[in-house]
Amino acid sequence: MAKRKLIELAHARSGDKGDTANVGIIARKPEFYSILVKEVTADRVKEHFRGVCLGKVERFEIPNLSALNFLLHESLDGGGTLALKADPQGKTYSSALLRMEIDVD
Amino acid sequence: MIRIANGQGFWGDSLEAPVEQVRRGPIDYLTLDYLAEITMSILQKQRSRDPKAGYARDFVDMIARVLPDLVERRIRVIANAGGVNPAACRDAVLAVAKRQGIDVAVATVAGDDIMGKLDEFIGRGVALKNMETGEPLSSIRDRVQSANVYFGAFPVAEALGNGAQIVITGRVTDTGLALAPMIHEFGWKVDDWDRLSAGTIAGHTVECGAQCTGGNCQIDWESIPNMADIGYPIIEAEPDGTFVITKHAGTGGRVTVASVKEQLLYEMGDPREYITPDCVADFTTIQLEQCGPDRVRYTGIRGRPATPFYKVSVSYAAGFKAIGSLVYAWPDAYKKARAADRIIRDRLDRLGLTFDEIRTEFVGANATQGIPSAEPSSEVEPQLAEVLMRIGVRSNDRAAVDRFTKEIAPLALNGPPVVTGFGSGRPKVEEIVAYWPALIPKTEVAPEMTLWRNES
Repeated sequence: MAKRKLIELAHARSGDKGDTANVGIIARKPEFYSILVKEVTADRVKEHFRGVCLGKVERFEIPNLSALNFLLHESLDGGGTLALKADPQGKTYSSALLRMEIDVD
Repeated sequence: MIRIANGQGFWGDSLEAPVEQVRRGPIDYLTLDYLAEITMSILQKQRSRDPKAGYARDFVDMIARVLPDLVERRIRVIANAGGVNPAACRDAVLAVAKRQGIDVAVATVAGDDIMGKLDEFIGRGVALKNMETGEPLSSIRDRVQSANVYFGAFPVAEALGNGAQIVITGRVTDTGLALAPMIHEFGWKVDDWDRLSAGTIAGHTVECGAQCTGGNCQIDWESIPNMADIGYPIIEAEPDGTFVITKHAGTGGRVTVASVKEQLLYEMGDPREYITPDCVADFTTIQLEQCGPDRVRYTGIRGRPATPFYKVSVSYAAGFKAIGSLVYAWPDAYKKARAADRIIRDRLDRLGLTFDEIRTEFVGANATQGIPSAEPSSEVEPQLAEVLMRIGVRSNDRAAVDRFTKEIAPLALNGPPVVTGFGSGRPKVEEIVAYWPALIPKTEVAPEMTLWRNES
C-alpha cells in the first residue's frame, strides 16, 4: 500500500451552480477508475474540504467517462455575486481535490 | 453532415474567435453565447436608461466585420445576443446590413422576458419559488431587477425554418443554440428524446468555447500547442444523433477524449439528469472515441422526456459589498497580513460597524482553494516573497460598507511594516445583484418568433 496524490491518477474540472460547487474528476487511465471509486468517497471529500464545504457532499459515478462528479453544497460563500471570495465560482476546487492523498496497492 | 461552430463562450470572450471560425475553414452555422445570469440584470439596467439598449453590442460589431463572408458562404448565425432587448439588437444588425448594402433576413426569439408579468403570475398562484430555498418570489418582489424564462432550441429552429440567416434571441439556453440547427436540418421531432439529448450534449460540449479544445485544460497543459491561436470548437453533426467535436485545421489547441471529458463535467449536477427545456440528457450513456487528430466522436447517447417546466432566472438587489486589499512583503509576509486583518476588524468594531459577513483571504498563501492541506508549511511560510491580504464586507447598510472602504489605506502608515498595493485608492462600494432560480409551467409562457428583412 502506497500513498499517492490524486493528481497522479486523475485530472479534473470544477464549476458552480449557486452556492454549490461541482468537482468532476477523471481517471488518467481507465484502469485507475476503480481506485477512484473505492478511495474518493463523499465522506473523504467532505473531510478534505473542511472549512470550505459547509453542507453535504454528493457523489455520482460516470463509468463510461471513467469519471466521478461531486456536488459540494454550501461551499461558495452564498455563491455568485453574493460571495466575497477570491474564487466565487469554485474554479480552483478542481485541483484542490487533486491534492488529496489516497492509498494505492 | 452539418458543421456548427461556437465562437463565443461568454460575453467577454475573444472578439477574434467568431471571425476566425467564419474565415479559417468550412462551417454552416455559427453559434454565440453572450448571456450569463448576472448579464441579464446589467442589460435590464442599461435598457431602463436607454430604450434602445439592453443587448450585447459586441455582437453587432462582430456582424459588421463578417457579414459579407456570412452572406457569400451562406453561414447562418444564432446568438442569444438580444439580452433583454432582441428587437433593438435586430434593428442595429439591420442598420449595419443596410450600410453595407446587404439584404439579410434576421429573426428574433423573444417572449422570455416576464418582468412585466410577475404580479399577474403571483396573483394567479404561480409562486416562482426559489429552487434552492423554497421561498416564494413575493418575499423579494420589490427588489427584482430582471426575470427571464430559459427557452430551448425549438423556437430557434422555427426561425431557421422561416429562412432567417441571423437569429437573435433573448434568454435561450446555451445548449439550445447548437441543438436548433440539428432540429431544423434533420427534422428531429419534439419527442426524439435520444437525438435531442445527443444534440444537447454536443451543445454542452461547445458552449464554453475553447474550454473543450485545450483551453483551461489540466491534462498535459504545457504541451498543448499554439494557445495564442487556439481553435474554437466545431460540431460535425449527423442526422442519426452521432457527432464529432473538432476545430479548424491549422489552429492551436487540442481536441482529445481527455479535453472534451473535462468540459463534459463542467457545471455538472446529476449526470443522469441534465435538464433542459428540450429533453433530459443522460451523460452516463456517452461513448467517446478519438477518431483522428483533434477529432472525438460521440455515440450511444440516450435521453428522456423533457419536464413540463421552464427554468426562470430572476435577478434582485441584495445589498452592498466592497473588497479591498494590501500587499505585505518578506519577511513574515503572511504573519503581517494576518496582523493587518486583525487590526482592521478591531477598528471596525471600535466604529460600531457590523456586517452580514466579513471575509479575509490571503492571496499567495491559500486564498483560492482554502482547504487545510493547501496551507503553506511552517518552513515555507516565513519565506513567502509577498502575501496579498484581501478583505471584503457585505451588508444591506450602504453607509457601513462605505465606511469600511476608508479603513484599508490608513494601514500603509499605521499598521505592520513593508506594505504596498494601496495605490489605486479606496475600493468601490458595489451593489449586489443576486440570482433567484425558479421554475414555471411551460403552459404559462410562449416564445415569440418574428422574421425581418431590410429593404436595401
